[in-house]
Amino acid sequence: MQPVATTFFFYLLSGLAVLGGILVITRKNPVHSALALILTLLSLAGLYLMLYAPFVAGVQIILYAGGIMVLFLFVIMLVNLERSAKEEQFNKQWIAGTAAALALGVLFILVYTGGKALFPEHLAQLPEQSNTQEVAILLYGNYMFAFEIASLLLLVAIIGAVVMAKKRI
Amino acid sequence: MTPSTLQTLPQGIEYVRILPEIVLSAFGIVIMLLDPLVDQRRSSRMLGTIALIGSLAAIAASQYQTQCPPGTAFWDMVRVDAFSIFFHIVVTTVTAVVILTSFEYMDVQQLHAGEYYALVLFGAVGMCLMSSAVELVLIFIALEISSISTYILAGYRRRVAISSESSVKYFLLGSFATAFFLYGVALMFGATGSTSIAKIGETLNAGPVPLLAYVAIALMFVGLGFKVAAAPFHIWTPDVYEGAPAPIVGFMSTAPKAAVFAVLLRVLFEAHAPGRLWLIWVVAALSMTLGNIGALVQDNIKRLLAYSSIAHAGYLLVAFAALPSSGIPAAMFYTAAYAAMNVGCFAVISHFASAGERRVTLEDYAGLGRRSPILAATLTLFLLSLIGIPITGGFFAKFYVFSAALQADLVGLTVIGVLNSAVGAYYYLRVIVMMYMREPREETPVAPIPFGLGAALAISGFATLYLGLLPGRVLEYARSAAALLR
Repeated sequence: MQPVATTFFFYLLSGLAVLGGILVITRKNPVHSALALILTLLSLAGLYLMLYAPFVAGVQIILYAGGIMVLFLFVIMLVNLERSAKEEQFNKQWIAGTAAALALGVLFILVYTGGKALFPEHLAQLPEQSNTQEVAILLYGNYMFAFEIASLLLLVAIIGAVVMAKKRI
Repeated sequence: MTPSTLQTLPQGIEYVRILPEIVLSAFGIVIMLLDPLVDQRRSSRMLGTIALIGSLAAIAASQYQTQCPPGTAFWDMVRVDAFSIFFHIVVTTVTAVVILTSFEYMDVQQLHAGEYYALVLFGAVGMCLMSSAVELVLIFIALEISSISTYILAGYRRRVAISSESSVKYFLLGSFATAFFLYGVALMFGATGSTSIAKIGETLNAGPVPLLAYVAIALMFVGLGFKVAAAPFHIWTPDVYEGAPAPIVGFMSTAPKAAVFAVLLRVLFEAHAPGRLWLIWVVAALSMTLGNIGALVQDNIKRLLAYSSIAHAGYLLVAFAALPSSGIPAAMFYTAAYAAMNVGCFAVISHFASAGERRVTLEDYAGLGRRSPILAATLTLFLLSLIGIPITGGFFAKFYVFSAALQADLVGLTVIGVLNSAVGAYYYLRVIVMMYMREPREETPVAPIPFGLGAALAISGFATLYLGLLPGRVLEYARSAAALLR
């Protein structure tokens, strides 16, 4: 299976992801921000598909663009929208923040151009077929114990949510 | 991964290798199920007793593991050997002592007991699992079980604002730190192609170490350093310890730390992590210095011990910079000794604090020597051990750490450590002077020591003295366990 116009789609999707990210922090209306975040999440899902990871892409869409976004929107509906619209969008530290972000960006570029040793020589082998099955076999095979013990983690988190949120226990 | 390996089900012995975790989870679930059924007024005592039985059963289960041949379980996710059993016993014993301390505390503070004891037991599951996991994915899940339990327990005094503040601060910063750890795990997988510690060690030993592995180790160290309150990731400690319930501070300053140190030992030594020396050197020196200097100006005993715990994380990390042959046993001995003395300190504090944790400033401890000689004497023992006075566990703990550092020619770090111990003596002695040489501010007698607290003090006091008088056996055990890591 030969990919078509990989470079073009990579830049398209990354560009959309960055655009969505910028929209998230610049929109005054939080609902618009949330919708822009969906754009970012969906472009990321597209990038995962380009890496032959349909499972991760599916999880990205179902969990993040689906479940977590609904939660976000619920919370946004619960808070007072009109007041937050009047509040100042950026606090006084935005210059320092931009400078830090730019410095980080420059650092990344320097690392990328100068530090080829940082990245492994060989490209990772991308399994082209039955990617989801591979994940399932690992999850119910080698990683079964971790998979099972995660249920205890969820139990603790549920108890925690109840203890924190309930008025009287 | 071939389908044939799927057909081999776990053997019986593999369940024995997670026996303490199974026992603790089962008792935690029983407590959750019984909580709505029993009468509200008597539930605290009853659920506490069940939790205590659970933790004692877990100690017995860890003891039983020593009878079984060491080995891995569940497709190399878990390895039980002398090393993990050592930490299992430390964690489960601390859990038992904390539950004994909580009996009276829950009544006095009028807190609901059900979820409290269940979360303590579930947290202990995470900590036990951390010390026996040899797979970074499983370590992450175990770390999260232990962390989430302690986040909630920190905010368990829900009617008190500082308790909620403590919980929120701990939760937000803790999640941030966990993200660092996870990022490190991801990069380590990218650099070596595996998340199993043994395989990572093989890959890193075999060829030139990729630069990516350095970045991965640094990120993982940030995440774990936060959990043990090592400087410069220590800012949260005083605020969280001040607001959290006193027995829980005793719990989270000892058991999760012991477990995270176990993980650090495994990651740094078994995986032969590159470039660890100077990283640990800097963090150890910073933790000792910032912790001790911060403690000098504290008036609240919980904040004072918070800074002291930062300093002790620093002493412990000195052992990590030393050679594995002497450093690992020294670090293991230090974790056990520190757990004994610190959990004892907080047992005294939680009794003396009384309803609403009113008495937690140093002024309140004035004249305690006359008002309650037994409480004052036990607190003095633990504080002397924290200083590192001979015949207490703290002395040998520091002695082994510093002699391990000297063997590795870390003269500079040892000098910093010894100077810091001298600074530390000042603020611990300040508490002792306050108790014995000041007139009491109020003459009201301190509430008599109930049975549970008495047992907690007896166990931690005995452990502190035992490690101080007869350290040989524990150290010998730690040596044999450390040999398995290399």
